[in-house]
Amino acid sequence: MDLLTPELGLFFWTFLAFVCVFLILKKFAWKPILQSLSEREKGIADSISTAERVKGEMSQLKAENEKLMAQAREERTVMLKEAKEMKDRIINEAKEQAKAEANKIIIDAQQQINQQKNAAMTEVKNQIGTLALDVAEKIIRKQLTAQDAQEAYVSMLSNDIKLN
Amino acid sequence: MRGKRFLSLLSLILGLFCTTVTVSAQEPQNQAPAKEEGINITEIVFGHISDSHEWHFFSTKSADGKEIPFAIPLPMIIYSPTNGGLKMFSASHFEEWHKDANGVMISNSHEGVHIEKSMKEKVIADDGSAVYDFSLTKNVISMFISIFILLYVLTKAAKGYKYGPMNAPKGLQNAIEVVVLFIRDEVAIPNLGKKNAPRLMPLLLTVFFFIWVNNLLGLLPGGANFTGNIAVTLFLSIVTFIYMMVNSNAHFWSHLLNPPNVPFGVKILLVLIEIMSLIIKPVALTIRLFANMLAGHIVILSVISMIFIFAVLSKVAGAAFVPVSLAFSIFMFMLELLVAAIQAFIFTNLTSVFLGQSMEEAHHEEHHHDDHHKEVLA
Repeated sequence: MDLLTPELGLFFWTFLAFVCVFLILKKFAWKPILQSLSEREKGIADSISTAERVKGEMSQLKAENEKLMAQAREERTVMLKEAKEMKDRIINEAKEQAKAEANKIIIDAQQQINQQKNAAMTEVKNQIGTLALDVAEKIIRKQLTAQDAQEAYVSMLSNDIKLN
Repeated sequence: MRGKRFLSLLSLILGLFCTTVTVSAQEPQNQAPAKEEGINITEIVFGHISDSHEWHFFSTKSADGKEIPFAIPLPMIIYSPTNGGLKMFSASHFEEWHKDANGVMISNSHEGVHIEKSMKEKVIADDGSAVYDFSLTKNVISMFISIFILLYVLTKAAKGYKYGPMNAPKGLQNAIEVVVLFIRDEVAIPNLGKKNAPRLMPLLLTVFFFIWVNNLLGLLPGGANFTGNIAVTLFLSIVTFIYMMVNSNAHFWSHLLNPPNVPFGVKILLVLIEIMSLIIKPVALTIRLFANMLAGHIVILSVISMIFIFAVLSKVAGAAFVPVSLAFSIFMFMLELLVAAIQAFIFTNLTSVFLGQSMEEAHHEEHHHDDHHKEVLA
């Protein structure tokens, strides 16, 4: 039973030493160690959450970029389409204008041609008339040189005249 | 690495050799004329595991057969209220021993006191008055060494953190950190909860390292059986008990003194049992560590003593038993290295379990239910 009876002296020294060790270690060992450990854990957790957040932001940014790109692409298509339309319109307009101009020119030309043709025809007619008159004069002159011919003609003319 | 391993093995064997020397050296001392060939194993073993006022390493015999002990006498501090108050002197003053009829070793008298050594060394006043022995015994000195190691190693490890918490730990700091994290994550937080754990971590860590280092020191050849001493384990469990009482909350006491939903007759019985269990907790802590460490020491010493038991039969048998005994004691030594850490862990773990019980919150049950529901739902 000797072994089971605690000695006062050892108990006292253990008490003294343990309390001292506890207080010293608490201040100089456990405090910095535990504090640093929790700080490190917090730091790591923060870093991970920051990384996570940055990742989220990045993906958001990417999505935004893609959205912007899609928008730009759409806009480009629209613009291209508009440009094409405008081009077509301008071309069409130009064509129309050209056509109208050409038609006008043609009509003018036709009018002028007609006028000149008419003028030429009138002149030709006049000339032909003059020529015919000359020919007829010459023929008549020739035919009426003879006496009997003159008479015959006069009679014919007189036959034509119907006295009513 | 290999060299180191070899070195440690060598020191182990040498240490065992030293122990054997001590044992054999004590042999003549125990050879009373009546039983010439017998060796008193009980005395040898208990001489090693009990506290002493000198640190005995080994003894040699001079040419004329006289024993020359290699031992450091330790300072004695004796307080006797009736006879001179506080006295300090060296244990070397007690050098003449004789055996009385009951086989108790009794020393000469010095400053009015003498030492009686049976299973334990006791300081007794010559006139029978009360004396209180506050001597720096072998166990106390061993504890001082452990404290020096603890303070040196742990403050050195703590210095590694001055480079900032985000610096990777290395060396000693890393080794200590693993243990600290183990105590925090496997012992403190599961038993005490995240809220209470940081406040009680210093106590748990100090208890763990204190017990561990002292267990290991006790394993050294010639080391003291500090943690296998009931005064030490009693003190440590009293610390646990005080912490339990100081940190206990109303919920703990109401459950203990007035268990809910129990009929009156059973209630009385239950309260009695609960109060008993409250006392038994620190007692169990005391006995567990004490008995474990003591048993380990006794087994190692017994295994080594077998050599000498066989040597009494014949010298050849003793020599032949050396390898067996050595192998077995090496095995036991390895086991004790493990036990040193395990017992420190168990003491710390039980401390945190008891603390956790006394600090349990009132709505803990509901939480459990909630958790259970969540689990079921999941």
